Amino acid sequence: MSATVDTHNHDDHDVHHHKETFVTKYIFSQDHKMIAKQYLITGVIVMGIIGILMSLMIRMQIAWPEQPNAVFEALLGKWAPEGVMDADIYLALVTIHGTLMVFFVLTAGLSGTFSNLLIPLQIGARDMASGFLNMVSYWLFFVSCVIMILSFFVEMGPAAAGWTIYPPLSALPMAQPGSGTGMTMWLVSMAIFIASSLLGSLNYIVTVLNLRTKGMSMTRMPLTIWAFFITAVIGVISFPVLLSAALLLIMDRSFGTSFFLSDIFIQGEVLHYQGGSPVLYEHLFWFLGHPEVYIVLLPALGITSEIIATNSRKPIFGYRAMILSILAIAFLSTIVWGHHMFVSGMNPFLGSVFTFTTLLIAIPSAVKAFNYITTLWKGNLQMNPAMLFSIGLVSTFITGGLTGIILGDSALDINVHDTYFVVAHFHLVMGISALYGVFAGVYHWFPKMFGRMMNKNLGYIHFWITAICAYGVFFPMHFIGMAGLPRRYYTNSNFPLFDDTADTQIVITVFALIAGVAQIVFLYNFISSIFYGKKAEQNPWRSTTLEWTTPVEHMHGNWPGEIPHVHRWPYDYSKPGHDEDFVPQTVPMKEGEEELHH
Amino acid sequence: MTSLLTIIIVLFVAVAIWQLIKIFDLAQVGASNTQVANDKDNKMNGYLMMGFLAFIYIITILCFWYLGDLPLMSNSASEHGPGIDSLMAISMVVIFIVQTVTQFLLHYFAFKYKGEKGRKALFYADNNTLEAIWTGIPVIVLAGLIIYGLFTWNDIMNVDDQEDPLVVELYAQQFNWKARYGGEDNVLGKANVRLIDLDRANILGVDEDDPNAQDDVIVTELHLPVNRPVLFKMRSQDVLHSAYMPHFRAQMNCVPGMVTQFGFTPTVTTADMRETEDMKDKVLNINKIRTEKSKELTANGEEALDPYEFDYLLICNKICGKSHYNMQMKIVVETEEEYNAWLAEQTTFAKSLN
Repeated sequence: MSATVDTHNHDDHDVHHHKETFVTKYIFSQDHKMIAKQYLITGVIVMGIIGILMSLMIRMQIAWPEQPNAVFEALLGKWAPEGVMDADIYLALVTIHGTLMVFFVLTAGLSGTFSNLLIPLQIGARDMASGFLNMVSYWLFFVSCVIMILSFFVEMGPAAAGWTIYPPLSALPMAQPGSGTGMTMWLVSMAIFIASSLLGSLNYIVTVLNLRTKGMSMTRMPLTIWAFFITAVIGVISFPVLLSAALLLIMDRSFGTSFFLSDIFIQGEVLHYQGGSPVLYEHLFWFLGHPEVYIVLLPALGITSEIIATNSRKPIFGYRAMILSILAIAFLSTIVWGHHMFVSGMNPFLGSVFTFTTLLIAIPSAVKAFNYITTLWKGNLQMNPAMLFSIGLVSTFITGGLTGIILGDSALDINVHDTYFVVAHFHLVMGISALYGVFAGVYHWFPKMFGRMMNKNLGYIHFWITAICAYGVFFPMHFIGMAGLPRRYYTNSNFPLFDDTADTQIVITVFALIAGVAQIVFLYNFISSIFYGKKAEQNPWRSTTLEWTTPVEHMHGNWPGEIPHVHRWPYDYSKPGHDEDFVPQTVPMKEGEEELHH
Repeated sequence: MTSLLTIIIVLFVAVAIWQLIKIFDLAQVGASNTQVANDKDNKMNGYLMMGFLAFIYIITILCFWYLGDLPLMSNSASEHGPGIDSLMAISMVVIFIVQTVTQFLLHYFAFKYKGEKGRKALFYADNNTLEAIWTGIPVIVLAGLIIYGLFTWNDIMNVDDQEDPLVVELYAQQFNWKARYGGEDNVLGKANVRLIDLDRANILGVDEDDPNAQDDVIVTELHLPVNRPVLFKMRSQDVLHSAYMPHFRAQMNCVPGMVTQFGFTPTVTTADMRETEDMKDKVLNINKIRTEKSKELTANGEEALDPYEFDYLLICNKICGKSHYNMQMKIVVETEEEYNAWLAEQTTFAKSLN
């Protein structure tokens, strides 16, 4: 089903080109490259900074609990009287940090930036299937960001029931201050976010299926596109379920229904709710919540596949196996959600089933990890910052993924469920890994986005400090989790039992603070390179894919002339019989040359 | 005022760091710098990769060395505990081996094959045998872990009524725990939060007309006889809580509107646990830390910390609101006689009503 070149579209572009004003070019832009940059700035940079600052405040509170801290006083105001953080705002920080990082930074920020930038450029399309929907998607995302941030300024503070917002805690305003207006804003913000995400995903799917250039069959697509495509499919399948959960929760909160509530006695009175169950909400939430992990991770893995191949000057090892494992992960991801609920009170038999499906997902993950390692073998590795972050991603993906074997096992989960062990596990495997994917992507495609190069030496400093600190933070955290320390505790000082974890907590916080400071290096590099970076060549990394055949200066429609045709798969690096160590996809096959991948 | 000052100071520090980076950045101008990695960069980062591998190994060893005695890998105090612990140990060994080998390969390859100008990489796109090997090995290893895990899980979750377990209700509310015993007949009276009558001190909503409820006993400290199976029935009156008893390898959520359950057999009394070598070391260490901290506190004119004595705990492990961090109940495991004596002293439900 390879698509044809749409020359008509090209004519359109010439007509439209002259009409662009500041508003249509930079604000209500329908150009996928500009929208990608908008997602990058809003989702990754701004929301990322806010999310990371929150995590640092959380860490400072855990390391030096209930102690006056000038930073808290300055940033939290009335919620840190005399500089001592309030217990309610601690939970709010935990909640909003989780929400921002998972949804706003690593879902919208990551997919929004790189799917938008790369899908049309790498499959050879003039733009997304619907530029208008793409624009609407971004602006809905922007609105949801604004609402989420504004929830910090309401009287009772933002949502504080954890990023999973389990009812009844999230449903009853009397259960905690954060379940008042703040929770309403959280739900509204997420509902808008989901609408944005669905519009984006549908656009990605349709674009990939319909707008591929001549010769770009599905099995000639770069693995980035495969990853973005499957991510969008998972999103379309699972996000509506979260929307339904959010809507039902809004009904319970505001219109007196009892979907998730039953038999509640709080603050001296019995509430009318009867017949609902919080476990139902947990099912609905995790039906999104688990695929969400892969919505976050798969694009990062796709980016890594591309960057490791390019910088190893080797084809990605096992292209078919990589696609199959993405498909397997996507399928399995929708039938493993129950592993978050082993001790929720659901039937233990379900626990057995979910243990089985969950541990199965380790198989395609292992295949991917081994394929990355084999791709490095006998390569000619170009250690660009993007490459370092990609190798770092494989490293944290392995370390974090392996502990999943423990958490996915229902019998073992009994004792480490909701402890710091879980925190360490998911931060490594999806938090840090996906963040490395973002960094790798930014370093690699910065020349494509801004026409300039980032400073590589600052990139090296950024990577090495971040890499060491990431392990410094999360490796010891496994151990305090195994000691039984529950997560989401404002302070552990009420449990002398855990006093021997206090020193480790301080070490972890110090690593976290250093990691936070290291991100200033990235921020500087990013901002100054936009204006003063060295001008980029057209194809600085000597890559084979289509995006590097477009001119450095952005133009509407991407290619000045006809869209290039594709004649080979995207990984012909160091192919015997060619002088250069890369053969772009646009180069026709030589006579007698074989497409070596099966 | 201090807030403003703090913000200004933090901003100054950030600006200072920013300027330092800028100096570093500007110092490189003029060099024939394409910002694409050259052989020198490849070499440097290749060696750093090996350094990083060493770092991963060292941090692993340090963690096991200093923190290895923290984890609850031994000293379990329930019958099913050792089963979980050995499964955990086996999983840890598997993880440790895979981690050590794969991290070595990843970083060693990154070092070994660091780029050099003029060298050509090997064009090696696919190998079905290799793919089959690293699909097959995980399949076998995971099959083993799954089967072992499922047997352990079924053993734990299977509640056998033939064993005549002691039935105890764990009742959660923001932010404390109560426990209810069935009394003489070992049968819990019916209960629902709609029957809560604070004026009559019926705080758990126990049905006052139910004959089984009359001899129920409601307490705030959980006592369990050693070596007798206990079946916990969990209830919550307001939001989700989780009854986490780490020393017994036991956890179950308490869900408003339904009764959840978890059963285990405690095998070590509190007194015996305090006498184990591991626990003595742990308590000694914790008390050392507490004495240090007390010195600081008394210097500031605050009260010193109490010395720590080991007790089993039931702690809340599901975010439940402001004081989630301090929702706990002491568990005392004792001999049958001690338990019976303790129970005899408690007031029955019928007598506790106003």
